[in-house]
Amino acid sequence: MSPGTTRVWSWLHKWSSLVSTVFLLVLCVTGLPLIFHHQIGGWLGTEVVSPEMPAHSSRITLDQVIASARSRFPSKVGMYVSQEPDDDTIWYVTMGDTPTSTTDLKQVAVDARTGTPLAEPKLDRGLMFVIHEIHVDLFAGQWGKLFLGFMGLLMLVAIVSGIVLYAPFMRKLRFGDVRRERSTRVKWLDLHNLLGIVTVTWALVVGATGMINTWADLVIEHWRDDQVAELLARYRGQPRVTQLGSLEKAFANARVREPDMKIAFIAFPGTAWASEHHYGVFMRGSTRLTERLVHPVLVDAVTGEVSASREPPWYMKTLLLSQPLHFGDYGGVPMQWLWAVLDVLTIIVLGSGLYLWLGKGPARKPAAAKLKGAVA
Amino acid sequence: MKAGSPFWPLWGWPLFFAVLSGAGLVGGLVGDGAWDWMTWVGLGGPCAAGIWFGLRGRAPARDAR
Repeated sequence: MSPGTTRVWSWLHKWSSLVSTVFLLVLCVTGLPLIFHHQIGGWLGTEVVSPEMPAHSSRITLDQVIASARSRFPSKVGMYVSQEPDDDTIWYVTMGDTPTSTTDLKQVAVDARTGTPLAEPKLDRGLMFVIHEIHVDLFAGQWGKLFLGFMGLLMLVAIVSGIVLYAPFMRKLRFGDVRRERSTRVKWLDLHNLLGIVTVTWALVVGATGMINTWADLVIEHWRDDQVAELLARYRGQPRVTQLGSLEKAFANARVREPDMKIAFIAFPGTAWASEHHYGVFMRGSTRLTERLVHPVLVDAVTGEVSASREPPWYMKTLLLSQPLHFGDYGGVPMQWLWAVLDVLTIIVLGSGLYLWLGKGPARKPAAAKLKGAVA
Repeated sequence: MKAGSPFWPLWGWPLFFAVLSGAGLVGGLVGDGAWDWMTWVGLGGPCAAGIWFGLRGRAPARDAR
């Protein structure tokens, strides 16, 4: 690589990192507890547990579930109903002032067998909520998401340029060499290169999928325009649905259409994941992959008849797959710990990068000369 | 890359860990059991290498070049 080319990559690496490092550090630090949000919820006592009952106990209808949840918040309307993949004894009903509300949402966990409201998980307060909001959008809504997505893009530029710069820095060193006997700066340079290169695939994947996740709302919006809008042709001129049909019937018909799938969540008419005239019933398959690639079944909100059941389009699949690949929640507890270790290693890469830049002093040599010094 | 510069001594291990972690990331998406192990080994490898080389004491006389 010519000194000129190296200079260009150095410039890219320096500036993409400098602009994004502080935000990436915030993302890494807040991401660490989020890896363990389930366990932390358990320790904090915010995880909902259903009372012990025989496994084959009969289930109440979804209409009864909704009625139970709404009795807690009569002024709210239904937005989403969901179930955890590993527990079909609890329904989580999310409600808002309108189907598109983003603030003041209420959630009630309802026992799927008795209809008893078990808990009201707080969606908008608590330590984990604050950490989550900082991580997702810095409390700045859609623009915050897009901003963090752009920081993710800069991270990708920093990683790619970092890979290119690995060569000139490591040409005379063996893999894993950390020159501790030299200056602190050289030691941290070697550590930066070592930890950067071993975590590179993970960092690229987590960075890219994080960036994709910041576009989630836009992707869903596009899905509505692209796939849902055409179903609405026959409803043209009809008034907005005010009296929703039976959710139980809609759910039952969706299950008849997709008998091999289980429920992930149901979106009420008017929410982002449905249409004005349909329930969006999202079903999951039984394999690790199809468990994530939820399958949308759109059900007429009044008659309960299935209007469409299609494979999610590629952009939705991309979004759905970007979630586990970002969260690291698909390989049990060992994977959570590995995710945490990789996150900490990334923090060290970011911190050492910052240190190397700060420690350079005002009279900076051009990149080529500097690197000559480092590899000599 | 300069003609004649040694590719494998420089990129061998980085490529190995890149492919290993890639396999680890994919493994868990495919299935349980053996696939989980693929994930743990795949992601554990780079973690172990980073920690081992990062914490290892002074390498004996590596600088005598």
